[in-house]
Amino acid sequence: MISVKNLQKNFGGVEVLKGINTEIDKGDVICVIGPSGSGKSTFLRCLNMLERPSGGQIIFEGDDLTDKKIDLDLHRQKMGMVFQQFNLFPHMTVMKNLTVAPMLLKKVPEEKARAKALELLGKVGLADRADSFPNQLSGGQKQRVAIVRALCMEPDVMLFDEPTSALDPEMVGEVLDVMKKLASDGMTMVVVTHEMGFAREVANRILFLEDGVILEEGTPDHIFNHPENERLRSFLAKVL
Amino acid sequence: MILPTLFLAAGGPLSGWFAKLHETFIVNERYKMMIEGFRNTIIITLGALVIGVTIGMLIAVVKYLAEDVPGLKPLAYVCDLYVKVIRGIPMVVLLLIFFYIIFSHAKNGIPVAIVAFGINSGAYMAELIRSGINAVDAGQMEAGRSLGMSRLQAMRVVVFPQAVRYILPAIGNELIALLKETSVAGYVAVVDVTRAGNLIRNNSYDAVNPLMLVALIYLVLVLLLTWLLGKLERRLSTGDKR
Repeated sequence: MISVKNLQKNFGGVEVLKGINTEIDKGDVICVIGPSGSGKSTFLRCLNMLERPSGGQIIFEGDDLTDKKIDLDLHRQKMGMVFQQFNLFPHMTVMKNLTVAPMLLKKVPEEKARAKALELLGKVGLADRADSFPNQLSGGQKQRVAIVRALCMEPDVMLFDEPTSALDPEMVGEVLDVMKKLASDGMTMVVVTHEMGFAREVANRILFLEDGVILEEGTPDHIFNHPENERLRSFLAKVL
Repeated sequence: MILPTLFLAAGGPLSGWFAKLHETFIVNERYKMMIEGFRNTIIITLGALVIGVTIGMLIAVVKYLAEDVPGLKPLAYVCDLYVKVIRGIPMVVLLLIFFYIIFSHAKNGIPVAIVAFGINSGAYMAELIRSGINAVDAGQMEAGRSLGMSRLQAMRVVVFPQAVRYILPAIGNELIALLKETSVAGYVAVVDVTRAGNLIRNNSYDAVNPLMLVALIYLVLVLLLTWLLGKLERRLSTGDKR
């Protein structure tokens, strides 16, 4: 579904990504772990071109996103993204947050968009908050709404950028539960996370990034129980 | 203007002053100049405001979009030049250039003044609208883009409605500055409040009352705008849904 080929990214002369290669297949749940500053978030943000790669290619469903002639907006509709800081639209109700993009971009009729939004809100246990504004919600509720907002566009893949890092500890669980349910429904997911329990339980593949390269990748069993790389071992010793 | 006449008839300690007011403003119907001046000041200010906001908005959006669309770079450069040039020229000089060079055949100074003040104001509006847009968290644009919105769509639906709360009060301040700045319109033979006061002073040989009235008119207008602005700001902040 997504092929990443020799992906590189510089920020003003600093090499953040130094050539990343990986394949993401349909139904994959991939967790990206690694120390802060390793390039995890940059890697994720390059996948939907929120950051423009300095080199390499992102092939998404057969199209090269780094090609200047490509219609990025159309491809982004198929890649949902969930941010660490939620980034809900504060001037809109929850319902409007969920329906604005489908109505504007896919010309979904309002009735249909609202029905879909309500159904998904119900699945994350927030059907009664449709008329609330984001500032009236807890962090965990905001992030669940943000996930639903991305789902309302019916994406083929969901990108999560440290979705629980800005949450109070007691709210992490409710967001992870939603993500687990999503994974078991077969959604293709790429998750940058520090939640090792989630990675171990839900991922089918884990990428360990450090210093802009994938130092090791494999199944949770391989990464957590039989790590080969010395740096991965010392990272796991610190976080587990 | 009937009022001073009435007081004059009634007599009393202020009757001397009322007699003076009568002589200054009522004789030869000089107050009519002040009414015309007031009307022109308002017309020029509001006209310039509309032009200024329009230009400012266009420049702000062009410069914002140009960050992402390379094709807009030359246009953004022209906008930059406009802002730099206009902000570097005193308003009076700009007004004279417009009246005596660019529109040298114009018979009526008012439209020329509206355009000149509007173009001047646009340069300042552009900067304050841009800073209002920049005050909105960058994550908002990213969230819009991640859903598949174009930069312009995300701007229109997501960013700009949030920027308004920063922009409106700033536009209010610019409006106050603009109102006072129009007092130089007399340079191009427009009778605004200031010119009217000065003409009355000249004709009546009374400097105190006409000029004090002019000052009072500006002061009251500014206080009124400040009051409205305060109300607006309070409403915008209670509507804060963050």
